[in-house]
Amino acid sequence: MPKVVISGSTCREFTGGISEIEVTADTIGRMVRELDQRFPGLGHHVAEFMAVAIDGVIFQDAHSEKLPENAEIVLIPKIGAG
Amino acid sequence: MTYIGNKSDLRVVGTRPDRPDGVEKVTGRAVYGADFRLAGQLTGRILRSPHAHARIIKIDTSKAKALPGVKAVMTAEDLPNITSEEAFVGEGPTNFRDQSLNVMARGKVLYEGHAVAAVAAMSPSIAEAALALIEVTYEVLPHVIDVEEAMAPGAPILDENLFTAGVDPKPTTPSNIAKKIILKSGDIDAGFAKADVIAEGRYVTAAVHQAYIEPHACVATIGADGQATVYASSQGHFMIRSFCAKLLGMEISNIRVIPLEIGGGFGGKTIVYLEPVALKLSQISGKPVKLVMTREEVFRASGPTSGAVVEVKMGAMKDGTIVAAQAVLKYQAGAFPGSPVQPGLMCAFAMYDIANVHVTGYDVISNRAKVAAYRAPGAPISSYAAEQVVDDLARQLGMDAITIREKNAAKAGTKTVYGVTFPEIGYEAVLAAAKSHAHWKAPLGKNQGRGIATGFWFNIGGESSASVFVNEDGSVSVVSGSPDIGGSRASMAMMAAEVLGIPVDNVRPIIGDTASIGFTNVTGGSRVTYATGMATVQATEKVIEQLKQRAAMIWDISPDAVDWKDGQAVPAGANAGGFDPLSLAAIAAKAGKTGGPIGSEVSVNAQGAGPGFGAHICDVEVDRETGQTTIIRYTAIQDVGRAIHPSYVEGQIQGGAVQGIGWALNEEYIYGA
Repeated sequence: MPKVVISGSTCREFTGGISEIEVTADTIGRMVRELDQRFPGLGHHVAEFMAVAIDGVIFQDAHSEKLPENAEIVLIPKIGAG
Repeated sequence: MTYIGNKSDLRVVGTRPDRPDGVEKVTGRAVYGADFRLAGQLTGRILRSPHAHARIIKIDTSKAKALPGVKAVMTAEDLPNITSEEAFVGEGPTNFRDQSLNVMARGKVLYEGHAVAAVAAMSPSIAEAALALIEVTYEVLPHVIDVEEAMAPGAPILDENLFTAGVDPKPTTPSNIAKKIILKSGDIDAGFAKADVIAEGRYVTAAVHQAYIEPHACVATIGADGQATVYASSQGHFMIRSFCAKLLGMEISNIRVIPLEIGGGFGGKTIVYLEPVALKLSQISGKPVKLVMTREEVFRASGPTSGAVVEVKMGAMKDGTIVAAQAVLKYQAGAFPGSPVQPGLMCAFAMYDIANVHVTGYDVISNRAKVAAYRAPGAPISSYAAEQVVDDLARQLGMDAITIREKNAAKAGTKTVYGVTFPEIGYEAVLAAAKSHAHWKAPLGKNQGRGIATGFWFNIGGESSASVFVNEDGSVSVVSGSPDIGGSRASMAMMAAEVLGIPVDNVRPIIGDTASIGFTNVTGGSRVTYATGMATVQATEKVIEQLKQRAAMIWDISPDAVDWKDGQAVPAGANAGGFDPLSLAAIAAKAGKTGGPIGSEVSVNAQGAGPGFGAHICDVEVDRETGQTTIIRYTAIQDVGRAIHPSYVEGQIQGGAVQGIGWALNEEYIYGA
């Protein structure tokens, strides 16, 4: 199963400090919903303010993107403009 | 899709054609925000706070309203009092309530220059006279400017409802520290225990302004039917539409924003200051209203980047392996939360493969103008500090400054402190280019010194739209939703020309307004050439499919039997028939008879942008008597991927270097002098 890694303290507030979570979801959108069911509020926070790195490649607002079976999924703050 | 970055037989991409906006700009025909005017427009002016921190007791506008020629006067009471709502718009995370309060102060002024009222009048002199007639009664409050003084117990509190986020247990008293963020990997104490040498330092950077040549400017008009049009210079006209709708309580469909030429942005034009005010003044007066900031207003009331204090400590083994890196970042946010401390944390040590990292960031408000994005927001500040300490480690170890960076360089497989494992990246190639460059080995003269620093930025994709149309004569129009601040029109034209196989001179690129092209994120984050380019290439490919179909109709053969080659439709093979090639112009001439106009629009949410790394080498000479510092030589090495128009890419790098030199040597905000 894909493993979600939470490196920042803001998201860990939703998980009670848990920093690694295995999910059954196979897309980013389904992962967002699954995280919200398990940690209420986290899904919304991820959807609005976080980017998702799948095996090192960063995706923003790409809810249809597939999660490979054993992928490492890292939640990081969305990258803004400059 | 055509992957231009991987193609080896490019004809247009990588060349240096004249820029399509060049003649207009050098002859003065280009219309910037301050140039634009509408018939019957009024002149707007904004009254700004003379105090750094004060309670607004009363604003009496009656005398200003009574002045002949004054058509509208407004304060925050004329704007919706919106509640706190966080969102990701424009430059990054924002709070609509804070944006509203920044556009026009309500209850308190939080920095010198904070807008408190605005007027629209028949002439500039009447507008200025009206401002002088507005009576504001203030209760002056203690203020705080310095970031560490703002963090200290007992500091004047700007917002009684602000409690530090990211702290456990949750605080019960308000603070100017909006957020504390910690990123960590490995075991920092164990890392330092392994170190043979330790270097540390405290680095202070000044708040500096993006200093775009063109001030903020706009003209807004709103009719009796509620339909509004804003003409503005910005890094994102869709961003302006979003903010105006939210801050004024309007429907997005009732606002059209038309982009004008932009005279520099560098991140500072990714938020609004004037546009909601101009719209409200227009609504009150029933006339178009023009607002233009003076240079002084730009500095006082629009966002610079953060000033900061950064403390860094790093440890390395005798062989140069860096085993621990620790940093504390204290970033000024200005009067409202939202400094770029988060990317500062993520970028500080991103160039290195370090097992044990611990970085702490503070987002701190103080009585300064709200900060705005500035080229890789947050990253230069933390990188500056980290790179000094890497140099100190090298000196202690007797190592070359590039060699220690090579020894610890991030590469494919390196896990960053923010958790992402790098894919293939170019940092080692950048270092190799720096080391082999003649500059690195050149002798230095008396009182001369050489420094090197490296840096990282993520790069992003995002939402972009582009359309490609074939005109009646076979020329091509490319319309995109991205304001052109760094040559994107040229890049879009070149990519369309490359895919079509035609000269770039046959392609005219323009920027569409919010009603004529699909939604597009702001121009920034090094995303436009990548994301809007992706939309342009895909739209062009759809046009080619249409061109092949039209050729097939003309020849009365199957579309599958038509190829597109060198800007022409050709039979796919001998069996397709012996037809002469059909040029773009020939197909365009018959478009009406083969199905109508030829064109396509594509919107994308581009993903997968690769990170960028750079290294700058600088030689300076210092007059030991006066301290005068002169740049002797400067070399920049940047991993740019595929340069669509190399001159623009070079310009971006040169501009970044010049802004960095200014930041290091010449620029700062000085309060209370």
